[in-house]
Amino acid sequence: MISREEVLHVAGLARLELTEEEVERFREQLNAILEAVGKVAELGLGDVEPTAHPLDLVNSWADDEPRPSLSVDEALANAPDRDGDLFRVPAG
Amino acid sequence: MIETLRLTAEDAAGMLERGEFSAAELRGAYRTAIDERDPELHTFLTTVDEAEGDGVPIAFKDLISTRGVETTAGSRILAGYKPVFDATVASRCIDAGLPLLGKTNMDEFAMGSSTENSGFGPSRNPWDPDRVPGGSSGGSTAAVAAGLAPWALGSDTGGSIKQPAALCGVVGLRPTYGTVSRYGIVAFASSLDQIGPIAKTVRDCALLYRIVAGRDPCDSTTVELPQPVELPEAEDLRGLKIGVPKELNETEGIEPGVSEQVNRSLALARELGAEVEECSLPRSVDFGLPCYYLIAPSEASSNLARYDGVRYGYRAEGDGDIRQLYARTRDEGFGDEPKRRIMLGTYALSAGYYEAFYGQAQRVRTLIKQEHDALFERFDLLASPTSPTVAFRLGERTQNPLAMYLSDVLTIPSNMAGMPGLSIPCGLSDGLPVGLQLIGPQFSENALFRAGHALEQALAFDYVPERLR
Repeated sequence: MISREEVLHVAGLARLELTEEEVERFREQLNAILEAVGKVAELGLGDVEPTAHPLDLVNSWADDEPRPSLSVDEALANAPDRDGDLFRVPAG
Repeated sequence: MIETLRLTAEDAAGMLERGEFSAAELRGAYRTAIDERDPELHTFLTTVDEAEGDGVPIAFKDLISTRGVETTAGSRILAGYKPVFDATVASRCIDAGLPLLGKTNMDEFAMGSSTENSGFGPSRNPWDPDRVPGGSSGGSTAAVAAGLAPWALGSDTGGSIKQPAALCGVVGLRPTYGTVSRYGIVAFASSLDQIGPIAKTVRDCALLYRIVAGRDPCDSTTVELPQPVELPEAEDLRGLKIGVPKELNETEGIEPGVSEQVNRSLALARELGAEVEECSLPRSVDFGLPCYYLIAPSEASSNLARYDGVRYGYRAEGDGDIRQLYARTRDEGFGDEPKRRIMLGTYALSAGYYEAFYGQAQRVRTLIKQEHDALFERFDLLASPTSPTVAFRLGERTQNPLAMYLSDVLTIPSNMAGMPGLSIPCGLSDGLPVGLQLIGPQFSENALFRAGHALEQALAFDYVPERLR
């Protein structure tokens, strides 16, 4: 069972500032979901190779040639706040 | 007056070529249909007033980046975001002359099976507006079913094209992983996400797949198609061996009306000359859903780390340092489902749990792929219902995340294995469409199109929703 402290720890890792109501609701729901998905642990699969990707692709190289990229103004076009050519954020 | 309800993309292209109407008139007819029917159905998040192209117009799921056109992925955290570049699939549609009608509604970040997780309100099913269109590409499938777009692009991670196609009575293809570029697609779970076509007919799906598929230097996971896309013509299934995995056809929760229509389609497949035989996927169905709900949230927790209120998208107001800015922005900007999956994925990847959850799920994924590979030594295709149920009522599954997750129990196993799948409408149960799922080995799209087309001709399903006829 996930405790309230674990929910807060995971929320901290994920940079989510949860409300009190969310902490309790997610604790219950995550426990229900983990109970359902935890059955993968039942299988003894020590000798099975893990699959990270469905195709057997190895080293898909790109040519090392310069291509057009975004301009600074395009890159900053959607910024909530900017200062000249920089993204602006609070200090700290 | 062009009637869009019954018009296929292929027929529209022919009529354009013969000069029966202009591309502007055709696009205008869809805009009129959107104005008439979308206030009720809410399939579009954004409509586009001006678009270039002299071909058949198209709609994109709102996670496909479109230069200068708002792209939200159904999330408030991206409200107002206008990409400064086009996704590769968008560029390919522009190059093929397809003018954009607009961007369609979806579950937030493609996480959901009903569009009810959209940050902008749900879409409704054209067959019965009290019911969901399925999801997450429910805006695209409902728009095509209601004649608001002749065809559309969606995305499928755990079943997000196939399941809503089934619930809306249209055709949807989840292509083989790696055949369609993901460059410029808002990412959910990168080892599973695929873009695919949604249309009224199998041939339209093949035509659209031909436009978007193929290697893209901007997406290193793409490959060149081993064979060119063939437009299906055959009306028989002679020589085809179809396996019917009993776990995919007898799982608890499949409605009797759904089984009935799928069994009728399989009987028809026999009449058309196919060999149809029962087979088994002993562990793929039991363990597919748990495996998916560890791997997809883990990948999502990493992909969604980019939404931090700094470079684009929503930023929370208030005092504090940058850590507080991140945390508050993400709590206010994300809806419940992305938060749940970020939490689940972060937990499954965290120290002490990684091997037991994520590592074990990757091993189960190998097992699922091996089970499918073994069946494809004996069969050309596999068949099952696409969704265990017909379209459900709005609100019916929103309070219970696990009940919503079960909507994809039949589409997830082959997705985990990277196999393509096609859903075609195969009949009605209680007046609502039932989808037949055909699954093939990797790169078998031509075989799926061929079988889907032959069955479509024999089934003669009327894809216009009864209440709109």
